[in-house]
Amino acid sequence: MEHTDPDSIRRQTKIYVAVFAALATLTIVTVTVSYLHLSAVPAIAVALLIASIKGSLVAAYFMHLIDERKAIYAILILTVAFFAVLMFVPSFGNWDQRILR
Amino acid sequence: MSATQSHGHAAHGGHDAGHGHHELPFWRKYVFSVDHKVIGIQYAVTALVFLFFGFTLMMLMRWQLAYPGQPLPVIGKLLGENAMPGGVMAPEFYNQLGAMHGTIMVFMGIVPLAVGGFGNFVVPLQIGAPDMAFPRINMASYWAFLAGGILMLTGFFVPGGAANSGWTSYPPLADIATAGQTVWLFAMVLLITSSLLGSINFIVTIVQLRAKGLTFFRLPFFVHAQFVTAFLLLLAFPPLEAASVMQLMDRLAGTSFFLPSGLVVSGDPLRVAGGGSPLLWQHLFWFLAHPEVYVLILPAFGIVAEVISNNTRKPLWGYRSMVYATVFLGFMSFVVWAHHMFMTGMGTAMSTFFQTTTMIISIPSVIILTALFISLWGASIRFTTPMLFALAFLPMFGIGGLTGLPLGLAPSDIHLHDTMYVIGHFHYVVAPGTIFAMFAGIYYWFPKMTGRKMSDFLGKLHFWPSFLFINGIFMPMFIVGMAGVSRRLYDGGLDYSHAQGVLHWNAFMSVSAWLLGLAQIPFIVNLFWSMRKGAKVGANPWEATTLEWAAAPSPPGHGNFPEIPTVVRGPYDYSVPGAPTDFTPQHHDLVEA
Amino acid sequence: MEIPYTVEPRPDTGLYNAKLGIWLFLASEVMLFGALFSSYVLLRTGAPVWPHGRDEGLNVPLATLNTLILIASSVTMVMAWASVKLNDRKKYRLYMGFTILCGLAFLVIKGIEYAHKFETHHYPSTNTFLAIYFTLTGLHGLHVLGGMIVNSYFWGPGAKLFARDPERFGNRIEVAGLYWHFVDLVWIFLFPTLYLL
Repeated sequence: MEHTDPDSIRRQTKIYVAVFAALATLTIVTVTVSYLHLSAVPAIAVALLIASIKGSLVAAYFMHLIDERKAIYAILILTVAFFAVLMFVPSFGNWDQRILR
Repeated sequence: MSATQSHGHAAHGGHDAGHGHHELPFWRKYVFSVDHKVIGIQYAVTALVFLFFGFTLMMLMRWQLAYPGQPLPVIGKLLGENAMPGGVMAPEFYNQLGAMHGTIMVFMGIVPLAVGGFGNFVVPLQIGAPDMAFPRINMASYWAFLAGGILMLTGFFVPGGAANSGWTSYPPLADIATAGQTVWLFAMVLLITSSLLGSINFIVTIVQLRAKGLTFFRLPFFVHAQFVTAFLLLLAFPPLEAASVMQLMDRLAGTSFFLPSGLVVSGDPLRVAGGGSPLLWQHLFWFLAHPEVYVLILPAFGIVAEVISNNTRKPLWGYRSMVYATVFLGFMSFVVWAHHMFMTGMGTAMSTFFQTTTMIISIPSVIILTALFISLWGASIRFTTPMLFALAFLPMFGIGGLTGLPLGLAPSDIHLHDTMYVIGHFHYVVAPGTIFAMFAGIYYWFPKMTGRKMSDFLGKLHFWPSFLFINGIFMPMFIVGMAGVSRRLYDGGLDYSHAQGVLHWNAFMSVSAWLLGLAQIPFIVNLFWSMRKGAKVGANPWEATTLEWAAAPSPPGHGNFPEIPTVVRGPYDYSVPGAPTDFTPQHHDLVEA
Repeated sequence: MEIPYTVEPRPDTGLYNAKLGIWLFLASEVMLFGALFSSYVLLRTGAPVWPHGRDEGLNVPLATLNTLILIASSVTMVMAWASVKLNDRKKYRLYMGFTILCGLAFLVIKGIEYAHKFETHHYPSTNTFLAIYFTLTGLHGLHVLGGMIVNSYFWGPGAKLFARDPERFGNRIEVAGLYWHFVDLVWIFLFPTLYLL
């Protein structure tokens, strides 16, 4: 439920600035971590984790998802489910061969 | 176009007063219209033209299959020396016909008719809305469709001819195919854009513009079907768009998304970086193309449900189950795609996963079909022309669905994959299945669009031969396929020693196809004749309960409803005990007669 | 004949039409970019060797700057919307103008990156890493360009609606903002995937 009275908006703008600071910081962090040259799995895990946090902040506060309507949540959950299927299922293809190797 | 000519007049009677209604110029009213009824008719007419063109391509193919290597009289010479040297079909041309027939029927014929045509015209009316949520986006989606369709057809005129790598455009072949494939890819981008714009419009319209009192479980089943279809189009098409961009990159920018290392073409190694995966295309293509087949069938289920309930004078049996089944079907359709890829060397884990999901997805289809069958029980059936097509749909879809089962199980698919059996299976679902439902819809809603009825006599003259000949084409395909004749074979199996016993079916199927073509003449005549000379009807000639019939004139005017209805009951209140008539419209209380 | 709920939200869903519409569009975009990310995964896991971005001429500091620019533009975009809600036309023009400039800067930097790659013979056809790099960033860049065109319209001629119907205009800016934030969101995942991993 969006509060669009002037005071709510002014409170929200403070949040926007705070989120910007967080996003900028996390960007520096993720770049710094990349210079540590971690091995594949930890590197991917950390990078994706930081990206997910940044993405969640943008979605929750800039896109107002944090107090959006049920209909929007439903559409997004559905989409994320299919996105996950698309991302991971094609790689199942030679799962048993990889295990055997 | 008489539909909208008379709409202007019908509107004035009940038009909302005090609203400055200026007459639009011809090109804004009939060409660049934002009215969903005009756009729906534009979609339907364009799609029907493409459908008949795609059918013609198939009739040409069937000559080659029936009489391999024989010159085609008259038409053979007209098609030029490249396509038909000496009147004999060149194999390359056969491949073009095959790829384009599939592409045109699926993407330019059925979906635009089922969704763009029927969906656009009927959905706002059935939900009590004055138009779609975004009328200008609606218009844009039609023009993107027309542009994409025309572009697709220009493929025939580029050097090397049209796309010829199957409607599935598998790399590596499609990557290195002639220029027509590039045209195909760009045309697909336009068609997909049209589809995306449309699907957004449908979902917002159905969620936001339902009339007062029209809760989700009071919606006609047709609207539920279109709603789920829109979600399938919205979420499944983008991966194909991405894949098309990647294939364009392969063809135009020299990338190797789909080209493996070490590929040799005609004895020469291909000079690309390699490292790509042809399987990647297959995953992305089928991620769309499987939900696409449910896009092909769901609107058909919707139309059949409307026609059956109206012509049985009974509520649909199992309406709620049908709705839940449709939603479940929509969801499951996203996780079955690799049953089209059982023969690609996938491991048992993946194969098991997809066989399981494929078996599960047959359940909601069976629920829907069963509910429709049971709806006939104890009914007072009116054998109108739409009802004939709707009734025929049921067993035909049944055959199509049942023949899909051995394809969905990997062990039997080993034998049947890429044979004519597959062609038989999916054509049963789509041709005597969906297309019959489309005909039912045309005969059913023509009076609403034009204010005139189609000739019942010509309708029956269309139905019976069509029903006969369509089975004549597709039933033998199971036999021929099981005997081992592959699909996409230019000679129909002539060179296969194991197929010699079934080759005679080819001529039989071809003759059936040509006769089926002739059987469409009564339909075309009926359409044009009835537009001018058909018996005039009022708002509700079929005595139906749903809002498009009960609350809007035929044809509806600007804004659709003289008064926006308030819905007080479900969609199929036929033969309600104690009611004055055997149908009670959705917006009528029983107290008022 | 008025289409209902174009400005005021429908009571039971709490949404106005365009907001639902844009979220649906964004859902389809998730699947579009998702397909490309999925392709990246399949191509990378299937490759015997996969280069690091740095080895293919990718400039991490420049891209980091670009990331910060895009994030900044996202803040100014939502501030532009807030300004409309507070009926502050001057602030709106300032923030929206800055958003557009940031978008332009992003594209210019991208252009510099691409030019440098072409100079050093790193083309999409060179290997699959570069193929997916150019395709992903190219498609993203086109989305940035599209957003900039829309934003420029709302900064310029489209801003007339601010005076006539501020609530309707606010909705349009909110919808344009949602699209713009999404473009930023995609980059938030694109950047580490292509440049850092």
